[in-house]
Amino acid sequence: MKDFSTLRGMSAGLAQGDFSSVELTQDHIARIQTEDTHLNSFITVSAEAALEQAAAADKLRAGGDTRPTLGLPFAHKDIFCTDGILTTAGSKMLSNFVAPYDATVVGNMAAAGMVSVGKTNMDEFAMGSSNETSYFGSVSNPWDRQRVPGGSSGGSAAAVAAGLVAAATGTDTGGSIRQPASLCGITGLKPTYGRISRYGMIAFASSLDQAGPMTRDAEDAALMLSVMAGFDPKDSTSAQRDDAWLGKMTTDGIAELDQPLTIGLPEEYFQAGEHMLAIEAAKLELEKLGHSLKPVSLPHTQAAVPVYYVLASAEASTNLSRYDGVRFGHRCDNPQSLQDLYERSREEGFGPEVKRRILPGTYTLSVGYFDAYYLKAQKIRRLIAEDFDNAFTDVDLLLTPTAPTPAFKKNQLTDDPVAMYQQDLYTVPTSLAGLPAMSIPCGFSQGLPMGMQLIAPAFREDLPLALAAQFQRHTDWHLRRPGQDL
Amino acid sequence: MSQETPETPIDVAHLAGLARLALDNDASAQVAADLQSIMAMIDAMRAVDTDTVLPLSHPLDAVVRLRSDVVTESPDPQHFQRHAPATADQYYLVPRVVE
Repeated sequence: MKDFSTLRGMSAGLAQGDFSSVELTQDHIARIQTEDTHLNSFITVSAEAALEQAAAADKLRAGGDTRPTLGLPFAHKDIFCTDGILTTAGSKMLSNFVAPYDATVVGNMAAAGMVSVGKTNMDEFAMGSSNETSYFGSVSNPWDRQRVPGGSSGGSAAAVAAGLVAAATGTDTGGSIRQPASLCGITGLKPTYGRISRYGMIAFASSLDQAGPMTRDAEDAALMLSVMAGFDPKDSTSAQRDDAWLGKMTTDGIAELDQPLTIGLPEEYFQAGEHMLAIEAAKLELEKLGHSLKPVSLPHTQAAVPVYYVLASAEASTNLSRYDGVRFGHRCDNPQSLQDLYERSREEGFGPEVKRRILPGTYTLSVGYFDAYYLKAQKIRRLIAEDFDNAFTDVDLLLTPTAPTPAFKKNQLTDDPVAMYQQDLYTVPTSLAGLPAMSIPCGFSQGLPMGMQLIAPAFREDLPLALAAQFQRHTDWHLRRPGQDL
Repeated sequence: MSQETPETPIDVAHLAGLARLALDNDASAQVAADLQSIMAMIDAMRAVDTDTVLPLSHPLDAVVRLRSDVVTESPDPQHFQRHAPATADQYYLVPRVVE
Protein backbone atom coordinates (compact mmCIF):
# COMPACT_ATOMS: atom_id res chain seq x y z
CA MET A 1 0.00 0.00 0.00
CA LYS A 2 1.27 3.46 -0.88
CA ASP A 3 2.30 5.64 2.03
CA PHE A 4 0.13 8.72 1.99
CA SER A 5 0.66 9.43 5.68
CA THR A 6 2.80 12.57 5.36
CA LEU A 7 2.93 15.54 3.02
CA ARG A 8 6.68 15.08 2.57
CA GLY A 9 6.19 11.42 1.67
CA MET A 10 3.49 12.22 -0.88
CA SER A 11 5.59 15.07 -2.25
CA ALA A 12 8.44 12.64 -2.93
CA GLY A 13 6.04 10.20 -4.59
CA LEU A 14 4.63 12.92 -6.84
CA ALA A 15 8.13 14.11 -7.76
CA GLN A 16 9.18 10.56 -8.68
CA GLY A 17 6.04 10.06 -10.74
CA ASP A 18 4.82 7.17 -8.55
CA PHE A 19 1.33 8.62 -8.75
CA SER A 20 -0.40 11.75 -9.96
CA SER A 21 -2.14 14.35 -7.84
CA VAL A 22 -5.45 13.26 -9.37
CA GLU A 23 -4.83 9.65 -8.26
CA LEU A 24 -3.79 10.85 -4.82
CA THR A 25 -6.86 13.04 -4.51
CA GLN A 26 -9.20 10.28 -5.71
CA ASP A 27 -7.71 7.96 -3.10
CA HIS A 28 -8.25 10.56 -0.36
CA ILE A 29 -11.85 11.23 -1.34
CA ALA A 30 -12.66 7.51 -1.50
CA ARG A 31 -11.18 6.96 1.94
CA ILE A 32 -13.05 9.91 3.45
CA GLN A 33 -16.30 8.69 1.93
CA THR A 34 -15.96 5.21 3.41
CA GLU A 35 -14.19 5.83 6.71
CA ASP A 36 -15.53 9.19 7.84
CA THR A 37 -18.98 7.72 8.45
CA HIS A 38 -17.53 6.51 11.78
CA LEU A 39 -15.87 9.80 12.70
CA ASN A 40 -17.94 12.69 11.27
CA SER A 41 -14.73 14.69 10.88
CA PHE A 42 -15.84 16.38 7.65
CA ILE A 43 -18.76 18.76 7.13
CA THR A 44 -18.16 19.11 3.39
CA VAL A 45 -16.18 16.98 0.93
CA SER A 46 -15.49 19.11 -2.14
CA ALA A 47 -14.61 16.30 -4.55
CA GLU A 48 -15.24 18.17 -7.78
CA ALA A 49 -13.25 21.27 -6.84
CA ALA A 50 -10.45 19.09 -5.41
CA LEU A 51 -10.13 17.05 -8.59
CA GLU A 52 -9.99 20.25 -10.64
CA GLN A 53 -7.19 21.57 -8.42
CA ALA A 54 -5.38 18.23 -8.65
CA ALA A 55 -5.64 18.14 -12.45
CA ALA A 56 -4.29 21.70 -12.60
CA ALA A 57 -1.38 20.67 -10.36
CA ASP A 58 -0.59 17.66 -12.56
CA LYS A 59 -0.59 19.92 -15.60
CA LEU A 60 1.83 22.34 -13.92
CA ARG A 61 4.09 19.45 -12.94
CA ALA A 62 4.10 18.19 -16.52
CA GLY A 63 5.21 21.67 -17.51
CA GLY A 64 8.23 21.51 -15.21
CA ASP A 65 6.89 22.92 -11.93
CA THR A 66 8.76 21.18 -9.08
CA ARG A 67 7.43 22.99 -6.02
CA PRO A 68 7.26 20.50 -3.12
CA THR A 69 3.71 21.51 -2.21
CA LEU A 70 2.29 21.04 -5.71
CA GLY A 71 -0.66 18.65 -5.81
CA LEU A 72 -0.68 17.71 -2.11
CA PRO A 73 -4.16 16.99 -0.67
CA PHE A 74 -5.16 18.42 2.70
CA ALA A 75 -8.31 19.74 4.42
CA HIS A 76 -9.45 23.11 5.74
CA LYS A 77 -11.17 23.66 9.05
CA ASP A 78 -14.66 24.89 8.18
CA ILE A 79 -13.89 28.31 9.63
CA PHE A 80 -11.97 29.53 6.56
CA CYS A 81 -14.10 31.23 3.93
CA THR A 82 -14.00 29.42 0.59
CA ASP A 83 -15.45 31.11 -2.48
CA GLY A 84 -18.19 28.87 -3.86
CA ILE A 85 -17.91 26.16 -1.18
CA LEU A 86 -19.99 25.96 2.01
CA THR A 87 -18.43 27.62 5.09
CA THR A 88 -20.44 26.90 8.23
CA ALA A 89 -18.18 27.49 11.27
CA GLY A 90 -20.07 24.49 12.70
CA SER A 91 -23.18 26.63 13.18
CA LYS A 92 -26.82 26.49 12.14
CA MET A 93 -26.44 30.25 11.67
CA LEU A 94 -24.18 29.62 8.66
CA SER A 95 -25.48 26.21 7.63
CA ASN A 96 -26.27 27.52 4.13
CA PHE A 97 -23.52 30.13 3.88
CA VAL A 98 -21.34 30.06 0.77
CA ALA A 99 -18.68 32.71 1.17
CA PRO A 100 -18.29 35.21 -1.67
CA TYR A 101 -14.50 35.26 -1.30
CA ASP A 102 -11.50 33.15 -0.19
CA ALA A 103 -9.70 33.59 3.12
CA THR A 104 -6.05 34.60 2.64
CA VAL A 105 -4.96 31.21 4.02
CA VAL A 106 -7.18 29.48 1.44
CA GLY A 107 -5.64 31.61 -1.30
CA ASN A 108 -2.10 30.91 -0.05
CA MET A 109 -2.64 27.14 -0.05
CA ALA A 110 -4.19 27.22 -3.52
CA ALA A 111 -1.36 29.40 -4.83
CA ALA A 112 1.12 26.79 -3.55
CA GLY A 113 -0.72 24.21 -5.66
CA MET A 114 -2.20 22.34 -2.72
CA VAL A 115 -5.51 20.53 -3.10
CA SER A 116 -8.29 21.10 -0.56
CA VAL A 117 -10.41 17.96 -0.33
CA GLY A 118 -12.99 19.49 1.99
CA LYS A 119 -13.91 21.29 5.17
CA THR A 120 -13.58 19.74 8.62
CA ASN A 121 -16.02 19.70 11.51
CA MET A 122 -15.49 21.99 14.47
CA ASP A 123 -17.10 23.33 17.61
CA GLU A 124 -19.65 26.02 16.75
CA PHE A 125 -17.78 29.27 16.01
CA ALA A 126 -14.70 27.53 17.51
CA MET A 127 -16.24 27.62 20.99
CA GLY A 128 -15.56 24.32 22.67
CA SER A 129 -12.93 21.85 23.78
CA SER A 130 -14.64 18.64 22.67
CA ASN A 131 -16.21 19.23 19.24
CA GLU A 132 -19.58 18.48 20.84
CA THR A 133 -21.01 21.95 20.18
CA SER A 134 -21.05 21.54 16.38
CA TYR A 135 -24.46 21.88 14.73
CA PHE A 136 -23.29 19.08 12.43
CA GLY A 137 -22.83 16.56 15.23
CA SER A 138 -19.94 15.54 17.42
CA VAL A 139 -16.71 14.07 16.06
CA SER A 140 -15.32 10.78 17.34
CA ASN A 141 -11.75 10.30 18.46
CA PRO A 142 -10.13 7.67 16.17
CA TRP A 143 -8.34 6.15 19.18
CA ASP A 144 -11.65 5.46 20.94
CA ARG A 145 -14.87 6.42 19.22
CA GLN A 146 -16.67 6.81 22.54
CA ARG A 147 -14.36 9.71 23.30
CA VAL A 148 -14.06 13.28 22.06
CA PRO A 149 -11.25 14.41 19.74
CA GLY A 150 -10.88 17.70 21.62
CA GLY A 151 -11.79 21.03 20.15
CA SER A 152 -12.44 23.28 18.59
CA SER A 153 -10.38 21.94 15.64
CA GLY A 154 -11.58 18.41 16.47
CA GLY A 155 -12.52 17.49 12.90
CA SER A 156 -9.08 18.42 11.61
CA ALA A 157 -7.37 16.49 14.43
CA ALA A 158 -9.50 13.36 13.98
CA ALA A 159 -9.10 13.40 10.18
CA VAL A 160 -5.30 13.60 10.46
CA ALA A 161 -5.12 10.99 13.25
CA ALA A 162 -7.28 8.58 11.24
CA GLY A 163 -5.14 9.08 8.15
CA LEU A 164 -7.95 10.57 6.06
CA VAL A 165 -5.61 13.46 5.27
CA ALA A 166 -1.98 14.01 6.18
CA ALA A 167 -2.58 17.63 7.10
CA ALA A 168 -5.34 20.07 7.90
CA THR A 169 -5.61 23.69 8.82
CA GLY A 170 -6.83 24.60 12.29
CA THR A 171 -7.40 27.69 14.35
CA ASP A 172 -6.48 28.30 17.95
CA THR A 173 -8.02 30.94 20.21
CA GLY A 174 -7.31 29.36 23.60
CA GLY A 175 -5.94 25.96 22.64
CA SER A 176 -8.12 24.83 19.73
CA ILE A 177 -5.20 23.45 17.70
CA ARG A 178 -3.02 22.17 20.53
CA GLN A 179 -5.59 20.44 22.77
CA PRO A 180 -7.18 18.35 19.96
CA ALA A 181 -3.68 17.58 18.63
CA SER A 182 -2.82 16.23 22.08
CA LEU A 183 -6.05 14.24 22.43
CA CYS A 184 -5.69 12.71 18.94
CA GLY A 185 -1.93 12.01 19.03
CA ILE A 186 -0.90 14.38 16.25
CA THR A 187 1.31 17.45 15.84
CA GLY A 188 -0.30 20.90 16.06
CA LEU A 189 1.26 24.33 15.91
CA LYS A 190 -0.28 27.60 16.99
CA PRO A 191 2.03 30.23 15.52
CA THR A 192 2.71 33.69 16.92
CA TYR A 193 -0.27 36.06 16.80
CA GLY A 194 0.05 37.91 13.50
CA ARG A 195 2.13 35.25 11.72
CA ILE A 196 -0.81 34.02 9.61
CA SER A 197 -3.50 36.27 8.19
CA ARG A 198 -6.90 36.23 9.85
CA TYR A 199 -8.60 37.65 6.73
CA GLY A 200 -11.53 35.42 5.85
CA MET A 201 -11.16 33.33 9.00
CA ILE A 202 -14.48 33.59 10.80
CA ALA A 203 -13.77 35.58 13.95
CA PHE A 204 -14.25 34.28 17.48
CA ALA A 205 -11.96 36.52 19.58
CA SER A 206 -9.92 38.78 17.36
CA SER A 207 -7.05 39.52 19.75
CA LEU A 208 -6.47 35.78 20.24
CA ASP A 209 -7.46 33.93 17.04
CA GLN A 210 -4.59 32.44 15.08
CA ALA A 211 -4.52 29.81 12.34
CA GLY A 212 -2.00 26.98 12.20
CA PRO A 213 -1.18 23.53 10.85
CA MET A 214 -2.27 20.13 12.17
CA THR A 215 -0.13 17.29 10.84
CA ARG A 216 1.46 13.94 11.63
CA ASP A 217 4.91 15.35 12.32
CA ALA A 218 6.97 18.48 12.75
CA GLU A 219 8.37 18.41 9.21
CA ASP A 220 4.89 18.61 7.73
CA ALA A 221 3.90 21.31 10.22
CA ALA A 222 6.86 23.37 9.01
CA LEU A 223 5.86 22.85 5.39
CA MET A 224 2.28 23.91 6.10
CA LEU A 225 3.41 26.92 8.15
CA SER A 226 5.65 28.13 5.36
CA VAL A 227 2.67 28.11 2.98
CA MET A 228 0.06 29.53 5.37
CA ALA A 229 2.17 32.36 6.80
CA GLY A 230 2.96 35.75 5.36
CA PHE A 231 2.14 39.42 5.60
CA ASP A 232 -1.35 40.36 4.48
CA PRO A 233 -2.39 44.00 4.03
CA LYS A 234 -6.00 42.86 4.45
CA ASP A 235 -5.41 41.96 8.12
CA SER A 236 -4.46 44.99 10.21
CA THR A 237 -2.81 42.74 12.81
CA SER A 238 -0.76 40.80 10.27
CA ALA A 239 2.93 41.01 11.17
CA GLN A 240 5.52 42.22 8.67
CA ARG A 241 8.37 39.77 9.14
CA ASP A 242 11.38 38.71 7.15
CA ASP A 243 12.38 35.40 8.75
CA ALA A 244 14.70 33.67 6.30
CA TRP A 245 14.26 30.28 8.03
CA LEU A 246 10.58 30.26 7.16
CA GLY A 247 11.01 30.22 3.37
CA LYS A 248 13.85 27.71 3.61
CA MET A 249 11.58 25.25 5.38
CA THR A 250 9.51 24.80 2.22
CA THR A 251 12.41 23.52 0.18
CA ASP A 252 14.93 22.25 2.72
CA GLY A 253 12.80 21.12 5.66
CA ILE A 254 13.63 21.94 9.26
CA ALA A 255 17.25 22.87 9.97
CA GLU A 256 18.95 20.83 12.70
CA LEU A 257 19.50 22.52 16.05
CA ASP A 258 23.05 23.83 16.12
CA GLN A 259 23.32 23.68 19.91
CA PRO A 260 21.52 22.16 22.89
CA LEU A 261 18.67 24.19 24.37
CA THR A 262 17.80 25.22 27.87
CA ILE A 263 14.20 24.16 28.39
CA GLY A 264 12.13 25.69 31.17
CA LEU A 265 9.61 23.67 33.16
CA PRO A 266 6.97 26.00 34.62
CA GLU A 267 6.17 24.63 38.06
CA GLU A 268 2.52 25.77 37.83
CA TYR A 269 1.89 23.36 34.93
CA PHE A 270 2.97 20.07 36.45
CA GLN A 271 0.45 18.17 38.54
CA ALA A 272 0.76 14.67 39.88
CA GLY A 273 -1.11 12.01 37.96
CA GLU A 274 -0.61 8.74 36.17
CA HIS A 275 -1.23 10.39 32.80
CA MET A 276 1.70 12.73 33.41
CA LEU A 277 4.17 9.81 33.23
CA ALA A 278 4.43 10.37 29.48
CA ILE A 279 5.64 13.92 30.05
CA GLU A 280 8.18 12.69 32.60
CA ALA A 281 9.55 10.19 30.08
CA ALA A 282 9.75 12.93 27.44
CA LYS A 283 11.79 15.08 29.82
CA LEU A 284 14.30 12.25 30.20
CA GLU A 285 14.46 11.82 26.43
CA LEU A 286 15.20 15.52 25.96
CA GLU A 287 18.01 15.30 28.52
CA LYS A 288 19.41 12.31 26.66
CA LEU A 289 19.46 14.48 23.54
CA GLY A 290 21.72 16.91 25.39
CA HIS A 291 19.25 19.59 26.40
CA SER A 292 19.14 20.95 29.92
CA LEU A 293 15.95 21.33 31.92
CA LYS A 294 15.40 24.12 34.36
CA PRO A 295 12.49 24.88 36.71
CA VAL A 296 10.85 28.25 36.12
CA SER A 297 7.77 29.99 37.47
CA LEU A 298 4.90 31.69 35.65
CA PRO A 299 3.17 33.08 38.73
CA HIS A 300 -0.03 34.39 37.13
CA THR A 301 -0.96 31.09 35.45
CA GLN A 302 -3.98 30.45 37.67
CA ALA A 303 -5.59 33.72 36.57
CA ALA A 304 -5.30 32.85 32.88
CA VAL A 305 -8.54 30.87 32.49
CA PRO A 306 -10.75 33.57 34.11
CA VAL A 307 -8.94 36.30 32.13
CA TYR A 308 -9.34 34.34 28.92
CA TYR A 309 -13.06 33.82 29.46
CA VAL A 310 -13.57 37.55 30.06
CA LEU A 311 -11.61 38.66 26.98
CA ALA A 312 -12.66 35.89 24.60
CA SER A 313 -16.35 36.13 25.56
CA ALA A 314 -16.33 39.92 25.27
CA GLU A 315 -14.70 39.83 21.85
CA ALA A 316 -17.04 37.01 20.78
CA SER A 317 -20.15 38.92 21.83
CA THR A 318 -18.94 41.82 19.69
CA ASN A 319 -17.85 39.72 16.69
CA LEU A 320 -21.06 37.70 16.70
CA SER A 321 -23.28 40.79 16.67
CA ARG A 322 -22.94 40.72 12.88
CA TYR A 323 -25.18 37.64 12.74
CA ASP A 324 -28.48 39.48 12.81
CA GLY A 325 -30.48 37.74 10.10
CA VAL A 326 -30.27 40.72 7.74
CA ARG A 327 -27.42 40.32 5.25
CA PHE A 328 -26.52 36.63 5.43
CA GLY A 329 -26.99 33.62 7.63
CA HIS A 330 -30.10 32.26 9.31
CA ARG A 331 -33.27 34.38 9.40
CA CYS A 332 -36.33 33.39 11.45
CA ASP A 333 -39.70 32.87 9.74
CA ASN A 334 -42.29 35.66 9.73
CA PRO A 335 -40.51 38.32 11.79
CA GLN A 336 -43.04 40.65 13.37
CA SER A 337 -40.61 43.54 13.77
CA LEU A 338 -36.95 44.32 13.27
CA GLN A 339 -36.29 43.54 16.95
CA ASP A 340 -38.12 40.24 16.60
CA LEU A 341 -36.07 39.44 13.48
CA TYR A 342 -32.80 40.03 15.36
CA GLU A 343 -33.78 38.18 18.52
CA ARG A 344 -35.37 35.10 17.02
CA SER A 345 -32.83 34.74 14.20
CA ARG A 346 -30.03 34.74 16.79
CA GLU A 347 -31.93 32.52 19.23
CA GLU A 348 -32.58 29.93 16.50
CA GLY A 349 -29.24 30.26 14.71
CA PHE A 350 -26.86 30.01 17.67
CA GLY A 351 -26.39 26.87 19.76
CA PRO A 352 -26.28 26.74 23.58
CA GLU A 353 -22.49 27.15 23.98
CA VAL A 354 -22.36 30.21 21.74
CA LYS A 355 -25.15 31.85 23.75
CA ARG A 356 -23.38 30.79 26.94
CA ARG A 357 -20.39 32.88 25.80
CA ILE A 358 -22.26 35.82 24.31
CA LEU A 359 -24.02 36.52 27.60
CA PRO A 360 -20.97 36.85 29.90
CA GLY A 361 -19.32 38.85 27.11
CA THR A 362 -22.28 41.21 26.95
CA TYR A 363 -22.32 41.39 30.74
CA THR A 364 -18.64 42.27 31.20
CA LEU A 365 -18.85 44.94 28.50
CA SER A 366 -22.04 46.50 29.85
CA VAL A 367 -22.19 49.85 31.55
CA GLY A 368 -20.80 49.71 35.07
CA TYR A 369 -18.86 46.47 34.70
CA PHE A 370 -16.32 47.27 31.99
CA ASP A 371 -13.51 48.34 34.35
CA ALA A 372 -14.13 45.58 36.88
CA TYR A 373 -13.97 42.85 34.26
CA TYR A 374 -12.68 43.75 30.81
CA LEU A 375 -10.06 46.29 31.85
CA LYS A 376 -9.02 44.17 34.84
CA ALA A 377 -8.58 41.17 32.54
CA GLN A 378 -6.48 43.21 30.11
CA LYS A 379 -4.20 44.25 32.98
CA ILE A 380 -3.71 40.65 34.12
CA ARG A 381 -3.08 39.78 30.48
CA ARG A 382 -0.04 42.05 30.65
CA LEU A 383 1.17 40.32 33.83
CA ILE A 384 0.81 36.94 32.13
CA ALA A 385 2.78 38.18 29.08
CA GLU A 386 5.47 39.55 31.40
CA ASP A 387 5.73 36.19 33.16
CA PHE A 388 6.72 34.66 29.82
CA ASP A 389 9.17 37.50 29.04
CA ASN A 390 10.85 36.93 32.39
CA ALA A 391 11.07 33.17 31.85
CA PHE A 392 12.63 33.61 28.42
CA THR A 393 15.53 35.60 29.88
CA ASP A 394 16.72 32.27 31.38
CA VAL A 395 15.52 29.61 28.97
CA ASP A 396 15.10 29.09 25.20
CA LEU A 397 11.81 27.23 25.31
CA LEU A 398 9.21 26.07 27.78
CA LEU A 399 7.90 22.50 28.08
CA THR A 400 4.49 21.73 29.60
CA PRO A 401 1.71 19.19 29.24
CA THR A 402 -0.70 20.31 26.49
CA ALA A 403 -3.93 19.31 28.21
CA PRO A 404 -4.76 18.30 31.77
CA THR A 405 -6.21 14.94 30.69
CA PRO A 406 -6.20 12.50 27.77
CA ALA A 407 -9.36 12.33 25.62
CA PHE A 408 -12.46 12.19 27.80
CA LYS A 409 -15.78 10.45 27.10
CA LYS A 410 -18.49 12.14 25.06
CA ASN A 411 -21.05 13.93 27.25
CA GLN A 412 -18.70 13.69 30.24
CA LEU A 413 -18.29 17.45 30.64
CA THR A 414 -21.17 18.89 28.62
CA ASP A 415 -23.31 19.69 31.68
CA ASP A 416 -20.55 21.56 33.47
CA PRO A 417 -19.20 24.43 31.34
CA VAL A 418 -16.70 25.54 33.98
CA ALA A 419 -15.17 22.04 34.15
CA MET A 420 -14.99 21.99 30.33
CA TYR A 421 -13.19 25.36 30.38
CA GLN A 422 -10.46 23.87 32.57
CA GLN A 423 -9.37 21.85 29.51
CA ASP A 424 -7.75 25.11 28.40
CA LEU A 425 -5.68 25.49 31.56
CA TYR A 426 -2.28 24.94 29.91
CA THR A 427 -3.02 26.49 26.54
CA VAL A 428 -4.71 29.84 27.25
CA PRO A 429 -1.73 31.59 28.89
CA THR A 430 0.24 31.32 25.64
CA SER A 431 -2.74 32.56 23.64
CA LEU A 432 -3.08 35.60 25.91
CA ALA A 433 0.62 36.36 25.39
CA GLY A 434 0.40 35.76 21.61
CA LEU A 435 3.29 33.29 21.68
CA PRO A 436 3.92 30.32 19.39
CA ALA A 437 3.25 26.93 20.95
CA MET A 438 3.22 23.43 19.60
CA SER A 439 1.80 20.12 20.78
CA ILE A 440 3.54 16.90 19.81
CA PRO A 441 2.75 13.31 20.82
CA CYS A 442 4.91 12.09 23.70
CA GLY A 443 3.32 8.87 24.92
CA PHE A 444 0.13 7.17 26.00
CA SER A 445 -2.03 6.86 29.08
CA GLN A 446 -4.34 3.84 29.14
CA GLY A 447 -4.21 3.56 25.38
CA LEU A 448 -4.91 7.23 24.74
CA PRO A 449 -2.34 9.63 23.28
CA MET A 450 -0.79 12.40 25.33
CA GLY A 451 0.82 15.56 24.01
CA MET A 452 3.52 17.84 25.30
CA GLN A 453 3.54 21.54 24.62
CA LEU A 454 6.61 23.50 23.53
CA ILE A 455 6.28 27.28 23.97
CA ALA A 456 8.69 29.75 22.34
CA PRO A 457 9.30 33.51 22.31
CA ALA A 458 7.33 35.51 19.74
CA PHE A 459 8.17 34.72 16.07
CA ARG A 460 10.51 31.85 17.05
CA GLU A 461 8.43 28.97 15.67
CA ASP A 462 11.75 27.64 14.34
CA LEU A 463 12.75 26.59 17.89
CA PRO A 464 9.84 24.29 18.79
CA LEU A 465 9.80 22.95 15.22
CA ALA A 466 13.50 22.08 15.38
CA LEU A 467 13.23 20.52 18.83
CA ALA A 468 10.09 18.59 17.81
CA ALA A 469 11.80 17.33 14.64
CA GLN A 470 14.80 16.18 16.68
CA PHE A 471 12.54 14.49 19.26
CA GLN A 472 10.59 12.78 16.47
CA ARG A 473 13.82 11.48 14.88
CA HIS A 474 14.58 9.71 18.16
CA THR A 475 11.10 8.57 19.20
CA ASP A 476 8.17 6.97 17.41
CA TRP A 477 5.14 8.30 19.31
CA HIS A 478 4.12 10.36 16.27
CA LEU A 479 4.16 7.22 14.11
CA ARG A 480 1.65 5.31 16.23
CA ARG A 481 -1.73 4.86 14.60
CA PRO A 482 -5.18 4.10 16.00
CA GLY A 483 -5.96 0.41 15.76
CA GLN A 484 -2.34 -0.69 15.93
CA ASP A 485 -0.81 -2.34 18.97
CA LEU A 486 0.79 0.29 21.14
CA MET B 1 -21.29 54.73 37.99
CA SER B 2 -20.53 51.65 40.03
CA GLN B 3 -17.53 49.53 39.13
CA GLU B 4 -18.37 46.90 41.73
CA THR B 5 -19.36 43.42 40.67
CA PRO B 6 -22.93 42.60 41.66
CA GLU B 7 -24.05 41.06 44.91
CA THR B 8 -27.50 40.42 43.42
CA PRO B 9 -28.27 37.78 40.79
CA ILE B 10 -27.66 38.84 37.19
CA ASP B 11 -30.75 40.03 35.32
CA VAL B 12 -30.63 37.50 32.49
CA ALA B 13 -33.66 38.89 30.67
CA HIS B 14 -32.08 42.36 30.50
CA LEU B 15 -28.77 40.88 29.34
CA ALA B 16 -30.45 38.77 26.67
CA GLY B 17 -32.16 41.93 25.45
CA LEU B 18 -28.81 43.70 25.16
CA ALA B 19 -27.43 40.72 23.23
CA ARG B 20 -30.57 40.57 21.02
CA LEU B 21 -31.27 36.99 22.00
CA ALA B 22 -34.81 35.76 22.55
CA LEU B 23 -34.76 33.42 25.54
CA ASP B 24 -37.81 31.40 26.40
CA ASN B 25 -38.72 30.88 30.06
CA ASP B 26 -37.71 27.21 30.04
CA ALA B 27 -34.19 28.01 28.86
CA SER B 28 -33.57 31.07 30.97
CA ALA B 29 -33.27 29.22 34.31
CA GLN B 30 -30.45 27.06 32.93
CA VAL B 31 -28.84 30.07 31.24
CA ALA B 32 -28.93 31.99 34.53
CA ALA B 33 -27.37 29.08 36.43
CA ASP B 34 -24.59 28.68 33.85
CA LEU B 35 -23.93 32.41 33.82
CA GLN B 36 -23.66 32.54 37.61
CA SER B 37 -21.16 29.67 37.67
CA ILE B 38 -19.09 31.18 34.84
CA MET B 39 -19.02 34.57 36.57
CA ALA B 40 -18.03 32.89 39.86
CA MET B 41 -15.10 31.25 38.03
CA ILE B 42 -14.18 34.61 36.48
CA ASP B 43 -14.36 36.43 39.82
CA ALA B 44 -11.26 34.49 40.96
CA MET B 45 -9.17 36.93 38.92
CA ARG B 46 -10.16 39.80 41.21
CA ALA B 47 -7.56 38.59 43.72
CA VAL B 48 -4.72 39.72 41.42
CA ASP B 49 -3.26 43.12 42.30
CA THR B 50 -3.29 45.27 39.15
CA ASP B 51 -3.11 48.77 40.66
CA THR B 52 0.01 49.81 38.74
CA VAL B 53 -0.48 47.68 35.63
CA LEU B 54 -1.47 49.02 32.22
CA PRO B 55 -4.01 47.06 30.17
CA LEU B 56 -2.73 44.96 27.25
CA SER B 57 -5.07 44.86 24.27
CA HIS B 58 -2.77 43.45 21.56
CA PRO B 59 -0.98 40.32 22.80
CA LEU B 60 2.40 41.54 21.55
CA ASP B 61 1.63 45.14 22.55
CA ALA B 62 1.80 46.12 18.87
CA VAL B 63 -0.07 49.03 17.33
CA VAL B 64 -2.67 48.14 14.75
CA ARG B 65 -1.43 49.19 11.32
CA LEU B 66 -3.35 51.89 9.46
CA ARG B 67 -3.70 52.10 5.70
CA SER B 68 -4.66 54.79 3.24
CA ASP B 69 -8.38 55.17 2.78
CA VAL B 70 -8.46 54.21 -0.87
CA VAL B 71 -10.68 51.90 -2.86
CA THR B 72 -8.86 48.63 -3.51
CA GLU B 73 -11.66 46.59 -5.01
CA SER B 74 -15.19 47.15 -6.25
CA PRO B 75 -17.24 44.12 -5.28
CA ASP B 76 -20.21 43.08 -7.33
CA PRO B 77 -23.29 43.57 -5.11
CA GLN B 78 -25.11 40.67 -6.77
CA HIS B 79 -22.24 38.35 -5.87
CA PHE B 80 -22.25 39.52 -2.25
CA GLN B 81 -26.04 39.44 -1.90
CA ARG B 82 -26.53 35.93 -3.30
CA HIS B 83 -27.17 34.53 0.16
CA ALA B 84 -29.02 37.43 1.73
CA PRO B 85 -32.39 36.35 3.15
CA ALA B 86 -34.29 39.14 1.31
CA THR B 87 -33.14 41.90 -1.03
CA ALA B 88 -34.58 44.33 -3.57
CA ASP B 89 -32.69 46.77 -5.80
CA GLN B 90 -29.46 46.00 -3.92
CA TYR B 91 -31.09 46.83 -0.56
CA TYR B 92 -31.52 44.36 2.29
CA LEU B 93 -35.16 43.96 3.25
CA VAL B 94 -36.30 43.86 6.88
CA PRO B 95 -39.73 44.29 8.48
CA ARG B 96 -41.09 47.83 8.22
CA VAL B 97 -39.71 49.99 11.04
CA VAL B 98 -41.54 53.27 10.31
CA GLU B 99 -45.22 53.08 9.41
